[in-house]
Amino acid sequence: MKRRHLNFLGTILILALFNARPSTAQTAGTADFAITHAKIFTLAGPPVEDGTVVIRAGKIAAVGAGVPIPEGAQVIDAKGLQVYPGLFDSVTQMGLSEIGAVSATVDTTETGSFNPDVTAATAILPSSAHIPVTRASGITEVIAAPASGGFDSRGPANLVGGRASAIHLAGWTAEEMLINKHAAMVVDWPGIETRSFDFSALSTREKSFTDVKKEYDKQINELADYVEQARHYAQALENPGGAGFERDLKLEAMAPVIRGEMPLLVFADQARQIRDAVEFCDKQKLKIILAGATEAWKEKGLLRSKGVPVILRPTLGEPPEEDDAYDRLLTQPEELRAAGIKIAFGSFDNSFARRLGQNAANAVAHGLPYEEGLKAVTLYPAQMFGLDAQLGTVETGKTANLIVTSGDPLDVTTDVRYLFIKGQLISTDNKQKSLYEKYLNRPKAAQ
Amino acid sequence: MKLNANILRFLAAFLLATTGLLGAKEKPAGGPAMDAAAPVILIQNATILTVSHGAIEKGDILIKDGKIAALGGSLKAPAGAVVIDATGQFVMPGIIDCHSHIAVDGSVNEGSVSVSSMVNIADVLNSDDISIFRDLAGGVTTANILHGSANSIGGQTIVIKLRWGQPAAKLPFEGALPGIKFALGENPKRSNFRASGAPERYPTTRMGVEETIRSAFTEARDYKKSWDDYNKRAAAGERNIILPRRNLKLDPLVEVLEGKRYVHAHCYREDEILMLLRVAREFGFHVQTFQHVLEGYKVADEIAAAGSGASTFSDWWAYKAEAYEAIPYNAALMTRRGVLVSVNSDDAAEATHLNQEAAKSIRYGGLTRDEALKLVTLNPAIQLGIEKRVGTIDVGKDADLAIYNHDPLSAYAVVEKTLIDGRVYFDRDREQAGRAALETEKKDLLEKARKKQDEEKKEGAKTPEEKKSVEKKPDDNKPEEKKPEGKSKPPQDDAGQGGAL
Repeated sequence: MKRRHLNFLGTILILALFNARPSTAQTAGTADFAITHAKIFTLAGPPVEDGTVVIRAGKIAAVGAGVPIPEGAQVIDAKGLQVYPGLFDSVTQMGLSEIGAVSATVDTTETGSFNPDVTAATAILPSSAHIPVTRASGITEVIAAPASGGFDSRGPANLVGGRASAIHLAGWTAEEMLINKHAAMVVDWPGIETRSFDFSALSTREKSFTDVKKEYDKQINELADYVEQARHYAQALENPGGAGFERDLKLEAMAPVIRGEMPLLVFADQARQIRDAVEFCDKQKLKIILAGATEAWKEKGLLRSKGVPVILRPTLGEPPEEDDAYDRLLTQPEELRAAGIKIAFGSFDNSFARRLGQNAANAVAHGLPYEEGLKAVTLYPAQMFGLDAQLGTVETGKTANLIVTSGDPLDVTTDVRYLFIKGQLISTDNKQKSLYEKYLNRPKAAQ
Repeated sequence: MKLNANILRFLAAFLLATTGLLGAKEKPAGGPAMDAAAPVILIQNATILTVSHGAIEKGDILIKDGKIAALGGSLKAPAGAVVIDATGQFVMPGIIDCHSHIAVDGSVNEGSVSVSSMVNIADVLNSDDISIFRDLAGGVTTANILHGSANSIGGQTIVIKLRWGQPAAKLPFEGALPGIKFALGENPKRSNFRASGAPERYPTTRMGVEETIRSAFTEARDYKKSWDDYNKRAAAGERNIILPRRNLKLDPLVEVLEGKRYVHAHCYREDEILMLLRVAREFGFHVQTFQHVLEGYKVADEIAAAGSGASTFSDWWAYKAEAYEAIPYNAALMTRRGVLVSVNSDDAAEATHLNQEAAKSIRYGGLTRDEALKLVTLNPAIQLGIEKRVGTIDVGKDADLAIYNHDPLSAYAVVEKTLIDGRVYFDRDREQAGRAALETEKKDLLEKARKKQDEEKKEGAKTPEEKKSVEKKPDDNKPEEKKPEGKSKPPQDDAGQGGAL
């Protein structure tokens, strides 16, 4: 095969002249690539200056300075550009929700308290407009989590919300997108809320602390009972031919959780919720990833001692309490890291997923070491979900999910020039860019 | 359930406002006293982003009587001047947020009627709202405080300065023209907010929104005519003429017709933007700003030709149907088509990083650094008619400044100080230094409250009603037990009554 050499300008020219962009979904085939003359942030060691990344058969085949370019590889001259692992958004509703306020387009949350059998991957729409928009910001993989948000989630809270799926942000079908269909089991930890918004009356409602606490305890007991049932079921599963065994798909879905093979992704924000959730999982010997964690700083000791990894909500939010320091959410990431707690960032959203890097950067501005900020949106989420053998760094043998950028991928003015998912060069075009180009070229209106 | 993070933020503000939970708030320790003479301040050795005439490296700003007195290199500190060493730091004009709902006591929506022009946000300013302080800590110095978007014609609006620690009467921006909120599209037609079983309210279509506005201005025109006739006849010396009856709903609309009150119109779709421009032409009023205007890029020429401003979000989209074709290139594209554009927050938390939101237009649409900075400084100042006072760093202008530790057009810049009228209203060092004392004070108060509760329990002579009222006191339980939690909040800040999104 002839070596093709596409430098950046050349690419632009070709694209401009022939409009021959790679398809908005992905290119077919598995061409080999060599990204040359880049500064490579491998996150597995110090950055490599003037380095080369070789991509073959969907994997990173070689990384380093002076790596030879294989015959036939398509060369991308990345002089002046930087290579990073693709960003990993730890909590989203990607593909599950299209237009927040239009419930017909939202499939985030099933009704009922216990839905361990439902699976995000089932309802992920591969052609969702959110996917290309999100990856244009350098995000190459996400956790799509049921019961993690969305406008339709107005019914009684799920306790067990279903199975979150890890997906690549490219693929013609869910199968092509899947990294791990059953990445985690979502638990929405009950809250203690004396004040709540009543959607039927469109007004706030006050309840006494005693009543709310009673309801809280009841829900925790239900959850404990359910885990107990699941434990018995998991035991019975070891002898599925046993007398009186009746198949139960919900309890069956819980079995990997009971066996410690699948983590619980527990959504909890208040200190009390965090404390109770961590102690619950500890007692029940269940693996936990804490999500939300607005007040994790109040439970540092516990989180550290139990080794609980934490996925933080956007740092650019409002602190929960009026008397919290104004920068409470911004300083928390470094406070947790310094205490020895593993953190990752999540957008907890769809349309704001592209702010993932921005949220990490703001934590860096408030003390988090830069490399830790980068790892919190790449390597650490991969580790939390058991995917770090495949993802999270630019290392030989890993899946080639990586980005070539004009600069720091966490900052707000940085451009993602090239994006690879599973070793394929994926377009960063999207619905918004198309609309921009369409109306940029609108003829001047007659007045 | 859990909700969209951004919307949640919004909700926090809404719920605090609607449920009357606003307790005593911490005032900035040693906040500036407004009655005392403004100090003479010299900011030294900063990168000054003037916005009007580029950047000055290693520049100084001399502030006297609350105004910028001199600007340049190597200025001498007058005797007694407070010197702020800003070496390595960046100074930009204080951020102006053209769409805000902070500092409002109670709901931002009088959502019972489709024309609520009689109500005025100025009447319910709450100087204790913690969001004032948080936004100030994000470099915001001026905000356009708007009524919500539940109604085709909403309430009257007011521009404030974020003078945290001052009483509500000291917040309004002196001499700034007041405004009125209009709203088009899903919110006034109640697409996303009506509780099941609740009665419908006219209008429920974009057609009806137009007619609601047309009808109100038809009334207002007739009303104005009755006053014009009366005044003319009175001026001519005619006697025994009957004074027209005052109409508090129509008075503000007459002010709109007379150009004495700005129209700030919440809108999303291209069709409704053009609709309002047609109605405005029909009645001869001006639309000062289109707010949100997420499809403004589709009709930028028409907006520019009308001389209206556009105040939009950086990158919000898809939270509702009319936001599905929103693009982050909106601000840049409209700018290129000759529209005066600003980037706003609509949300107390979003306002804490408007500098970053403005910077996104460098990436999306290729604005220059100065064009990006203007989105949150000079342009909103012009949109609010206050550009002679604020919006750039020039001699003679109000000393409303934000000092950052890093280039503000990035996600790494943190505000060190915010000045309004030449007074330091936010100082990061001072704020951090004061935290331990506040923590101690809080502990003492909680302890006191607990003691009091214990004593009361000992007395044990309470009726059930009294016990109940004690339970509701915020200090009686641990703070986390009393806190509203995101999950239970409505889907939009004022979803119940209108939505400001």
